[in-house]
Amino acid sequence: MPAAALRPRPEGVAGRTVSRRRKPFLRSLLPYVALITLSVLFALPFIWMLGTSLTPADLVLDRSRPLFPSRLAWGNYVEAMTVLPFGTFLKNTLLVAVLCMIGQSLSAASVAFAFARLKFPHRDKLFLLVLATMMLPPQVTMIPTFVLWTLPGWVDSLKPLIIPSFFGGGAFFIFLLRQFFLTIPTELEDAARLDGCTSWGIFRHVALPLSKPAVTTVALFSFIGHWNDFLGPLIYTQSMEKKTLAVGLTAFKSLHGTEYHLLMAASVVVLLPILVIFFCAQRYFVEGVVTSGVKG
Amino acid sequence: MSARASFRTEPMTDREKKEARDALLFLSPWLAGFVLFTAGPILFSLYLSFCRWDVIRPIQWIGLANYQQMFSDRLLLVSLKNTIFYAALYIPLSLVVALSLAMLLNQKVKGIGLFRTLFYLPTLTQGVATFTLWSLIFDPETGLLNRGLRTVIPNPPGWLLDPAWSKPALVLMALWSVGGTMLIFLAGLKNIPADLYEAANIDGAKPWTQFWRVTLPMLSPTIFFNVIMGTIGAFQVFAAAFVLTSGGPSNSTLFYVYYLFNRAFVYFNMGYASAMAWLLFAIVLVLTVIQMRISQKWVHYG
Repeated sequence: MPAAALRPRPEGVAGRTVSRRRKPFLRSLLPYVALITLSVLFALPFIWMLGTSLTPADLVLDRSRPLFPSRLAWGNYVEAMTVLPFGTFLKNTLLVAVLCMIGQSLSAASVAFAFARLKFPHRDKLFLLVLATMMLPPQVTMIPTFVLWTLPGWVDSLKPLIIPSFFGGGAFFIFLLRQFFLTIPTELEDAARLDGCTSWGIFRHVALPLSKPAVTTVALFSFIGHWNDFLGPLIYTQSMEKKTLAVGLTAFKSLHGTEYHLLMAASVVVLLPILVIFFCAQRYFVEGVVTSGVKG
Repeated sequence: MSARASFRTEPMTDREKKEARDALLFLSPWLAGFVLFTAGPILFSLYLSFCRWDVIRPIQWIGLANYQQMFSDRLLLVSLKNTIFYAALYIPLSLVVALSLAMLLNQKVKGIGLFRTLFYLPTLTQGVATFTLWSLIFDPETGLLNRGLRTVIPNPPGWLLDPAWSKPALVLMALWSVGGTMLIFLAGLKNIPADLYEAANIDGAKPWTQFWRVTLPMLSPTIFFNVIMGTIGAFQVFAAAFVLTSGGPSNSTLFYVYYLFNRAFVYFNMGYASAMAWLLFAIVLVLTVIQMRISQKWVHYG
């Protein structure tokens, strides 16, 4: 696209460029009305969740109960956390999510660095192969992988959930980090090489420190992905001591399906860490999604 | 893109050899993972799809029998129909909702970051906890949805308890989590050069015409990307049905991957389930190729 605009404008928004002053006051309110209405719609399920989690047991099936009860039953949380071994579920989930986060970020960064920064034969063909693995439905490899983990007897343990993360980190994260590594100026790398820096040194002291935002994005997505993961723990964990929060909550749902107040209290606890992480680091998520979709 | 992407046909120098060896080291996690968790399993899965195996007794070669059995498997047909119904409803709706939200967020108004955060949040929280939440929202008697609807219509649907409404209910829930698609559209909108709109304005084009003549054509690569990702995602639908409906009522939410999961991990028909996985791969591949063909007619790369 030729940059032929007479006056630079930061954004292209339909219909806004000509008559800012002539626009009636009410029409300028329209976007706000739409945005606020939609925000209420999007937030309502969360509010309902919180309200239900604090509703006393005897009111929860009342068709006309208010969003928030007049007396808040904080005891629901204590009860929900003690019916099932939630402490164990939490410990397992944290173990899986944190180790997978480390494994995926480090190994994806290493692989992405090779694709972005090193020259080797068949590099582009090999990178296409990485991308092609994204097309493969996970169901194709699911059964043989399950069989593979039965060989050392590691089914009903957390190992099958954790170990694969250290083997490349997945095509999506490799792609995301490669895009970022490509933007690092070659001059920095050449200077480092002249100073006698090895490839490892460049990775460790040039590429990684300059890519903190991208690596953080990958780490956060990885953590939340494994926190929410359902199919993996469903297949690989059977005993209560090995379950993660996601499958533990499913077990809870089948045991206490009608005790809505307890179900919602447990669900709030499961969601809380994600909410905290998201509100502390939301720009990383937004940038990560944008990189995957647009620069691809 | 890369400044160091050129290849020469001359033999490699010592420095190049050293760099290639380094690359091998950096790539080794992925190479090992590819052999262990992708290529090996693909080959084994292909082999299994021609076999009968219940994990306990030895693997037995049965040729094409699994593939032949699929033609007369009533449940497989049901699950395929359910999945196609879900995809046909979800993909267009998700594109319209995501694009509408993105266009709203592309306005220059204050506090846009807050709205963006709010619209994206349900995408990140998507999992068993929010599925459980929606099972309450869909409760025909006490649920939030029907309590709201009853103020407008006397007899709202039974949602997850009604075979006719269970799939639309799951689509509705999935639409709450279109935030990822929305963000990709938003980035696409921001990439459209402002001078295109200025030119359209000078020509006196109405906002509606600008949308059809400028926004949509300029956004077509993004739309195409989202259609492909949406198709792949819709054919993977599983966890929501597992948690919310267990495939019911009357198998109305028994989706393809759910049936595959049952065949593999409930009935331990590992051979048949492997054959099903390959059929799924073939379906997704064919759909993607068709979409790529069609895209040459409507996708505009600026």
